[in-house]
Amino acid sequence: MLPAFEYRSPLSVEEALELLAKYREDVKVLAGGHSLIPAMKQGEVCPKVLLDLRRMAGLSAIDPFEDGGLRIGALVTHRDLEISELARGRSPLLAEVASQVGDAQVRNFGTLVGSVCQADPASDYPAALLALEAQVVVASPRGERSVPVEGFIQGAFETALEPDELVLAIDVPRSWARTAAYVRVRHVASGFALAGVAAQILVEDGRIASARIGVTGVAERAFRLAVIEEQLLGREPLPGAFAEMIRGVALGREILSDGAASAEYRSHLADVCTARALRKAISRIGV
Amino acid sequence: MKYPVAVSVNGRAYRREVEARTLLVDFLRDHLGLFGTHVGCETSQCGACLVTLDGLTLKACTRLAVQADGAQVTTLEGLLVDGNLHPVQSALLKECALTCGFCASGVVLAAKECLERKPVAGEDEVRRSLEGVFCRCTGYQPIVDAVRSLAAAPVRDLRDGATAEL
Repeated sequence: MLPAFEYRSPLSVEEALELLAKYREDVKVLAGGHSLIPAMKQGEVCPKVLLDLRRMAGLSAIDPFEDGGLRIGALVTHRDLEISELARGRSPLLAEVASQVGDAQVRNFGTLVGSVCQADPASDYPAALLALEAQVVVASPRGERSVPVEGFIQGAFETALEPDELVLAIDVPRSWARTAAYVRVRHVASGFALAGVAAQILVEDGRIASARIGVTGVAERAFRLAVIEEQLLGREPLPGAFAEMIRGVALGREILSDGAASAEYRSHLADVCTARALRKAISRIGV
Repeated sequence: MKYPVAVSVNGRAYRREVEARTLLVDFLRDHLGLFGTHVGCETSQCGACLVTLDGLTLKACTRLAVQADGAQVTTLEGLLVDGNLHPVQSALLKECALTCGFCASGVVLAAKECLERKPVAGEDEVRRSLEGVFCRCTGYQPIVDAVRSLAAAPVRDLRDGATAEL
């Protein structure tokens, strides 16, 4: 049985922030619970107070911005993103990743925001959120701030969130048509990514005008392939044309190594997934 | 400290007081005496504790009873109507798709959700839908065959005998 704790389910952001300010490190925030409850069972976290967001209004919505972007509330589940017409239309890359997270039950109840706050290095989302240049919307007694996902996730299970701060949503800017793809190699048992790459390219007049590539599962935190993004500019988007530049994309980083995959193997998978994600994104030009 | 929980399980309303740390699966078994929901790995992997909560399958070891306050829960017991098996259960029986039966609670509910979402699910879709439930006896093929045997069945037939939440 779990150690005892106090359970609170505030109705408003103000009430939630008061509880966070009062209990600070002793409180854990509960959304879908599909990272937190397993972690509590393993004894990895032992909160004195559990702050459940489920009664708070407005956090379950996927809201459109006028410029084409999306605000994804802290209680929006993977399943919501997978089936939402709005999310599929405006951010097909994110919906594609959501449809691959965990198993059916995880997707039914786990949340995007919860996953990002957990900051598991093998999580699928960060690759896409980096490629999409998404922002984390954080509330605290000092007001609201937006933090790029790239800076929010600071390491394995580490984020830039202060003890009195609460994540309200993730903002995803307007997507570039459908020329994006996520490709990963899964751990056979856990389903987590040994390597996962999300690529988004913009093609104008038959040339690559912009590219963003995010890699997850390979290092302690997800990273962008800035050098390759640069090299792709001005090139013709031909399938398989970039093999020569995709060699050792993860080199120079501290690559994860464990029983499931050595650093050498993960590095190889990063290259493979990068090539496949680019090829798949390119195959969607004009679709 | 105890917290009030009001929950509808298989169409029947229950009110209980529980500790915050009580898991939904333990609440169903130990507080309500519904033993159709099994306790397997307790680490959100095996799926033996599957129930539906507000119409979505859930591993009941991965939710606190207090989080289910106000919810509608269906357990394996809730699929029986007048003692008749749900079509998914009948299909599993027909294909000899369960051996020891420990995973049945999960397999039945996962398969039912799969067919509700994709009435003509192909083999890949069926296998994907069953990723969250482990069977250590059958090797899955008879389970997949049983679900596929229903994949062409009219949706209406699947709903017959099913619970009000459909």
